Amino acid sequence: MSAYLLCFILFCIGLYCILRKRNIIKIVIGLGIVEYAVNLFLVLIGYRWRGRAPILAKGREILNMVDPLPQALVLTSIVIGLAITALIVAIAMRIYEKYGTFDITRIRRLKG
Amino acid sequence: MMLPLFVIIPLGAAFLISLLGKKIEKIPDVLANSATLILLALSLHSFVLVKAYKTLVYKVGGWIPPIGICMVLDGLASFMLITVNLVSFFVAVYSVNYMRRYTDKWKFYTLLMLMLAGMNGIIITGDLFNLFVFLEIASIASYALVAFGTEAEELEASFKYAIMGSVASSFILLGIAMLYSYTSTLNMADMANILTQKSQTGILPFVSVLFLMGFGLKAALVPFHAWLPDAHPSAPAPISAMLSGVLIKVLGVYAMMRIFFNVLGVSQAVSSIIIFLGVVSMLIGVFLALAQWDFKRLLAYHSVSQIGYVILGLGLGTPFGILGGLFHLFNHSVFKSLLFLNSGAVVYALHTRDLQDMSGLRQRMPVTANTNLVASMSIAGIPPFNGFWSKLMIILGCIQTGRFGYALCAVAASLLTLASFMKVQKYAFFGKLNEKWETVKEVPLAMRFSMIGLAVICMAGGILILPVFKPFLQLAVDVLMAGREYAQAVFAAVR
Repeated sequence: MSAYLLCFILFCIGLYCILRKRNIIKIVIGLGIVEYAVNLFLVLIGYRWRGRAPILAKGREILNMVDPLPQALVLTSIVIGLAITALIVAIAMRIYEKYGTFDITRIRRLKG
Repeated sequence: MMLPLFVIIPLGAAFLISLLGKKIEKIPDVLANSATLILLALSLHSFVLVKAYKTLVYKVGGWIPPIGICMVLDGLASFMLITVNLVSFFVAVYSVNYMRRYTDKWKFYTLLMLMLAGMNGIIITGDLFNLFVFLEIASIASYALVAFGTEAEELEASFKYAIMGSVASSFILLGIAMLYSYTSTLNMADMANILTQKSQTGILPFVSVLFLMGFGLKAALVPFHAWLPDAHPSAPAPISAMLSGVLIKVLGVYAMMRIFFNVLGVSQAVSSIIIFLGVVSMLIGVFLALAQWDFKRLLAYHSVSQIGYVILGLGLGTPFGILGGLFHLFNHSVFKSLLFLNSGAVVYALHTRDLQDMSGLRQRMPVTANTNLVASMSIAGIPPFNGFWSKLMIILGCIQTGRFGYALCAVAASLLTLASFMKVQKYAFFGKLNEKWETVKEVPLAMRFSMIGLAVICMAGGILILPVFKPFLQLAVDVLMAGREYAQAVFAAVR
């Protein structure tokens, strides 16, 4: 149970980072923390206490195995997270070229 | 079986365009347009199939559904496929001329095709995690497309959109993970079955809130709408048309409705929250739109407002309300993409989006002005046009269920919409011609073709509620009204 709680706290730290930080690079890092908290949660729900890897071998009986499906999902989710982070960092670099700052409060030409 | 083609064709087109487009100049135009044309034909064919068989299931890799991934084509999916591919066809034709203003046309078409693949995937998938993956494909492509011009404002809008969209995706993934741990399955039909067997609600309320936040942000419902008025105007006009026309509906409204109606089941509390969010977006969207002077930004705020109508109609949960909501979804995707294409035509000719700067364009750009008049009357709900019928059905649906206050709000929002589009007509197209624009010419043929095509659909859209064409909407309504019976329909089609 405490593992889930810590995972939830990690998620909240990420959200806090996105909402409160002014530096756009820190916001991207916050986004990474949120994504990893969700990935961790996915792995946790597949874990069984003292479970083994679900590999079927000859002459071996597996009684208590972890759920392999969330692990496959997490791999997909990590790749998606990488794509998003790469794209956002690229955009952040172009923003720095145009505005000359990473401060989100000074990047506000759009309003209304 | 043609179901996987809806994903394969745009993905393949994206691959070929990115491979060959850089070297051969004509390839991107030809490939993208033929791909969208084939997809339109296939989606119309899918409707014939649905009419005959009701539900079709494709087993990916030959694995039987609760274990393997499946693709499901039913009335609602077919309805959404036709909507998406119709708009994307006209948008692709329009882009042939419009995108000459930008460099690297092939990158544009690659991203457009990826976005289309993601949207078609969301519509036909029957697996919850698969839905998330397609959602991310469509979202990432749209983040990149919003920043396509790489000017300061576009980058800023794209950054905002990307951060908010990614947080929404995280909420959705968290919800999916919780549902998986609760039901031990990811197949939507199987999940609906298991949830029916469990008597207590368990974590469903919490998951519902996560999905409401996630999909609500993708659909730009009011507390989560801040990204839309920045992101949609910043994109190139064809992409604005795609984003406002279909992306927010597929990623937000369709995914939300599919999960809430067919998997989780709509409880009274969720239904009233959805209706309330719909009404609030309807009113706040239109109030904010009234004050805008930027043509595209005004249209973007109207998207928030019109999505409110769709959500209101669907949230009512009665057959009549859902019929109105889905009909308005189709109509809005047609007239809003037409309006954005009009704004693109104005930008193409004038290089400005400021309404105060243009005047009397009717004399120089008759096609743009007339199609814009049709679209404005549709969105404002003037009787013979399609927007009138769907709004009328939504308002009648409200009255039917005794929600008179909400019906009044819908009427008020419609009047304010009319006021704000009268402003557009007065400042942009009627009045005395500004001397600056003496030399302005009408836009090229491909752009005119798209605008006229969409305008014709706007005018003829009302006939969709006649008995002859009724199955198009009615089959989609039946799917949503069936609720968790969806599971039985899917498993019956597997066998």
